[in-house]
Amino acid sequence: MALPARESPIGKSVSLFVTCIVDMIYPGTGLSVVDILEHVGVRVDFPPAQTCCGQPAFNSGYRDEARAVAKHFFKAFREAEVIVCPSGSCATMLRHVYPSLFAPDDGELYHQAQRIAAITWEFSEFLVDGLGIVDLDLSLPAAESFAFHDACHGLRGLGLGGASRELLRHLGKAQLTELNECEVCCGFGGLFSLKMPELSNAMLRNKVNNINESAADTIVTGDVSCLTQMNGGLSRRKSGKRVLHLADVLAKALQKERA
Amino acid sequence: MSVELKSNDFVALADIALRNPDLQRAVGAGTRGGYQKRAETMFARSREHGEHMRQQAAEAKRRALRKLPDLLETAERNLIANGWQVAWAEDAAEANQLVLDIARRHGVETVTKSKSMLSEELGVNHAMEAAGLRVVETDLGEYIIQLNNETPSHIVAPVMHKTKAEIRDIFVRELDMKPTDDAEEMVAFARKMLRDDFLKSDMGISGGNFLIAETGSIGLVMNEGNGRLCTSMPRVHIALVGIEKIVETVADYATLTQVLPSSSTGQKLTVYTNILNGPGRAAEGDGPEHSYVILVDNGRSQIYGSDYAEALTCIRCGACQNACPVYRSTGGHAYGWVYGGPIGAVLTPLLVGLENAQPLPHASSLCGSCKQVCPVDIDLPRMLLDLRRDLVRDGHSKVGWDTAMKLWAVGMTSAARFALGGKAARAGQHIMGDYMPGILGNWSKHRDFPDFAPKPFRQLWKERHERS
Repeated sequence: MALPARESPIGKSVSLFVTCIVDMIYPGTGLSVVDILEHVGVRVDFPPAQTCCGQPAFNSGYRDEARAVAKHFFKAFREAEVIVCPSGSCATMLRHVYPSLFAPDDGELYHQAQRIAAITWEFSEFLVDGLGIVDLDLSLPAAESFAFHDACHGLRGLGLGGASRELLRHLGKAQLTELNECEVCCGFGGLFSLKMPELSNAMLRNKVNNINESAADTIVTGDVSCLTQMNGGLSRRKSGKRVLHLADVLAKALQKERA
Repeated sequence: MSVELKSNDFVALADIALRNPDLQRAVGAGTRGGYQKRAETMFARSREHGEHMRQQAAEAKRRALRKLPDLLETAERNLIANGWQVAWAEDAAEANQLVLDIARRHGVETVTKSKSMLSEELGVNHAMEAAGLRVVETDLGEYIIQLNNETPSHIVAPVMHKTKAEIRDIFVRELDMKPTDDAEEMVAFARKMLRDDFLKSDMGISGGNFLIAETGSIGLVMNEGNGRLCTSMPRVHIALVGIEKIVETVADYATLTQVLPSSSTGQKLTVYTNILNGPGRAAEGDGPEHSYVILVDNGRSQIYGSDYAEALTCIRCGACQNACPVYRSTGGHAYGWVYGGPIGAVLTPLLVGLENAQPLPHASSLCGSCKQVCPVDIDLPRMLLDLRRDLVRDGHSKVGWDTAMKLWAVGMTSAARFALGGKAARAGQHIMGDYMPGILGNWSKHRDFPDFAPKPFRQLWKERHERS
């Protein structure tokens, strides 16, 4: 299914959909996103009624529950001109899945789904494709090498990956290097990680091995859910390497600037 | 041997595969090699060209699907005009009976078979052996599988799950081969054994990669030449063809016969690319005297009428298996029937009933690489999601999940309840420490879990704006 066309977001104010996991577990990543957006001159607001996009229900077959959460999302983001979300997976839910959950017969809900799909941007694509910014004019406090892990939904649902790499390439003192099988799933898969833990772990083991063998000091990705799986595996296996969200890497450079 | 249906045991079967180091090594290397070679061949000219080929192939198969009833009639007419005898089978029992009737009619004793996934679905070998016929699989991989009394674990590389050493041991045990670790010697040995069977064969059975409606021909691809021997040397040839194998024109066939090997083995064309046009003609020195096509439904027309019709455009290349990180970890046997990998996770429930293959739609992290590599662009992740919906709808989900999801949706439809849930989770984590209760324990078995933040983002946001 083709993605709905979007208007240029330049000059518009941004409603941040921070995602449920960032809200509860990685609030610092949410602040990093806000810092970077404000750094490039974007006005950001946080619609306080927001919760989750509904993906856990949708992915496990519970369509009624997914629709109920989507309806709540429509209300929470009623006023939004542009939505930015620091997750390729949740952005795929908003862009691809919402329009498929409601039929033209659903009237207003159908239009709401279309509206949300047509104003939503994942964080890295908002900067690069939306605003046309690849160089944030920032530099890290010290040299560090990075490799990018392409989280599945962002890569295959939205065609992401290029934008994050561009931003890293233009970040001062950052060196971009390779991660073998960077496009292969880490094994998270939402409830898959709980329903089929041994398989999820086999995929994770493969990812951890590739991370350990990578020349990069730090792995960067665009989804905190995959990051949770990878860091959970790296930490359990006593690896010294960690995965960071792109926004946190960029914000590190911004903090140096401010200091 | 006919295939036992064990798809409901997927999790247990996957665990067995995960604990088999030989299988892990063999399937890990085989799938990654196939994946790599596919990309090199498909995108040899350019990525755009490869993607264009995929869309062209998808269009050809989707058009054939839309016109299926008409094209089947056209095909039957043109097959008969070419001298084929055409029979229709509604299910496995009918197909197997037709094969046995033909064998009996022609006094057949030895049957040589080339590779056919449909024949696995039908259990035709089992039926023939039960009727006293001698059946020899002649594709090298299938030959090994048959010797070891197994089923294929991969659509195009049936013995992918075995290492060279395991295959050597099978040849030594079953055929008294002089032990060797040299693959070429092993292949030469199998070739010599098979040569005798080819010479003795009364009847050859093949599948059909494509049924070309406009010419009444069967398209067959192979690399070992065994299929050519099966379809041209014996007096009788039967092609077992699923009704979904139809393509409208020779031009469509030309497109598909390129994307099939590119996607499966990374070849531009297979070593042998055959178009079969029925029995040998009077002026020809060879070819079968009697050529039959058995057109098999076996559940396909039911899929045709459903939301999953597009699954019928599959050309059985195995690319989704090579790309799938789940299949890479399990091989095909874990899926508990004929077809493994993403296409198996979709086709199996559709062909044997969702209630008999309940774990399969969940045997995926929904990473989407199956759709990405599919030469006919089947939206397998969408179908897996829809099958999950059907599982819930038909009451096949666990009561615990139903309740959890209902409660979860209640929590997620109010910011206050959401925030309260977050606090409760943090408090729970504080009390429990590293212990995670119930199914959450499946997480902590292999991974650490981060701490819930002392203050959620919504609170930090509020504080930040109260300051400024």
